Amino acid sequence: MNLDHLYQEVILDHYKHPENKQLSIDKDVQVHHVNPSCGDEITLNLSLNNGVIANVSWDGEGCSISMASASVMSGLLQGKSPEEATQILESFMELMQSKGTSKGDEALLEDAVAFAGVSKYPARIKCALLGWMAYKDAFLQIQGKSK
Amino acid sequence: MTLNVIEIRKDFPILQKTVRGGKQLVYLDSGATSQKPNQVIEAESNFYRLHNAAAHRGAHQLAEEATDAFEGARRSVASFLVAQEEEIIFTKSATESINLLAYSMGNAPEGNRFAIKPGDRIVVSEMEHHANLIPWQELAKRTGAELSWFSIDDEGRLDLSKIEQIIDTKTKVVAVTHQSNVLGTINPLRSITTRAHEVGAVVVLDACQSAPHLPLNVAELDVDFLAFSGHKALGPTGIGVLWGRAELLDELPPFLFGGSMIETVTMTDSTWAKAPRKFEAGVPNMAQAVGLQAGLEYLQRIGLSKIHDHEMLLTERLINGLSAIEDVQIFGPKTLNSRGGVISFSVSGIHPHDLGQFLDNQGIAVRTGHHCAWPLNKALGVQSTTRASFYLYNLESEIDVLLEEIGSAQRYFGTKK
Repeated sequence: MNLDHLYQEVILDHYKHPENKQLSIDKDVQVHHVNPSCGDEITLNLSLNNGVIANVSWDGEGCSISMASASVMSGLLQGKSPEEATQILESFMELMQSKGTSKGDEALLEDAVAFAGVSKYPARIKCALLGWMAYKDAFLQIQGKSK
Repeated sequence: MTLNVIEIRKDFPILQKTVRGGKQLVYLDSGATSQKPNQVIEAESNFYRLHNAAAHRGAHQLAEEATDAFEGARRSVASFLVAQEEEIIFTKSATESINLLAYSMGNAPEGNRFAIKPGDRIVVSEMEHHANLIPWQELAKRTGAELSWFSIDDEGRLDLSKIEQIIDTKTKVVAVTHQSNVLGTINPLRSITTRAHEVGAVVVLDACQSAPHLPLNVAELDVDFLAFSGHKALGPTGIGVLWGRAELLDELPPFLFGGSMIETVTMTDSTWAKAPRKFEAGVPNMAQAVGLQAGLEYLQRIGLSKIHDHEMLLTERLINGLSAIEDVQIFGPKTLNSRGGVISFSVSGIHPHDLGQFLDNQGIAVRTGHHCAWPLNKALGVQSTTRASFYLYNLESEIDVLLEEIGSAQRYFGTKK
């Protein structure tokens, strides 16, 4: 097994230099998610403005996969409409469940395709999804508030 | 006298296995579960092959054989702990053993010595596995009792300096671990049991990490209840043990109700069988009990003192090796006295998950995470650690492989050139 399939350069770069890893004051909602099997955690602030995702910022502690994935996710979703974000999220989840058979839709997922290798390691899929699930939860909370 | 590990390893078929594309398996996760020798695998499957029937039910030959096999396993556990046969209760796990105790105590009516009321106290420690913390947390909530605990000091040992305040006169239960599953610390029980008994409390010992690795004698330990799991002691999963002093089991009300645990039953009322049957409702895990017997007999044949000595050799080698690597921090005692073969550590700049993944890729199985001891991790100021834990089948060369690959991981993740 070649570990480089899992630890892509992009992932290690994001781990060492994460994007948006500072909670912004500007937020509509804040969520806190924990991976109970390992203790990794993330706090995520989300704000929508004029029908687009205005700001995704986060802070957390965890392994390279969970932190890099949160970093990539935060950059990717910024400025997208909620519909686009949902499409990206679903595509990423599909990639995570692909058991190594998919390379991922690069046009949609951009840097997030680097996580394709994670899908071969069932124990790490939750790591990669930690930030994404936090986003999903935050978005649903905003939706709930506006109803 | 050292163990003949090469010979021992021949009994464990899984240790011959290669993983992750041809790497020789280096299994350093026996603290989570031990591997099984052929003797255990055979004993468990032979029960199904030759003797299977519902124990304690029916008068046919197979029912007799199943009963004999199951009760033989009980005798074997009793001899392992130097206890009485009727003091051995089979459960499905140590977790169930401790929950059984906590729920039974919660069922105790007023006047029963186990009855817990508001204002009473239950004492645990900060180094408990969740299985010996949450059942007591919940019992405290259900009864209105207060939960109190011992902290740990900088070396990862229990801080007993305030023992008289912590185990106060209102204390009913003191539940502590014999050996920490994270730190390896073996706790000094004498001062705890002495103080607990002085105030009339019972002492519950979580022996999951000690029973498989140390010779135990319940009378010498001076505890009142003891729990351990079969699968960490070469046995199958699905079998755990609860030992309790006979006179205490007499007074303790049952927790699970149903078949086998009764004396008489009418449509409106029932009376209970004597212990241990009172606590063993339902058809028990017979094949697993028989498998555990084979595991414990295997351990006794090798000798638990020799096993512990061997594990301490490995522990010393790993502690020395880790201490020589820059950027490695060991959690728990760095000396060999009163500790077992469990070592948790962290390598700076590499998250335990990533280190574990790297090591796994080299065939090395270690545990990473909070090890089901979240409050202890908080006390240590870390979110998670990497843990290596040993058993009788581990080789010194496996420690060397681990140390070498930690260095490789540091280079891979760019924390060291």
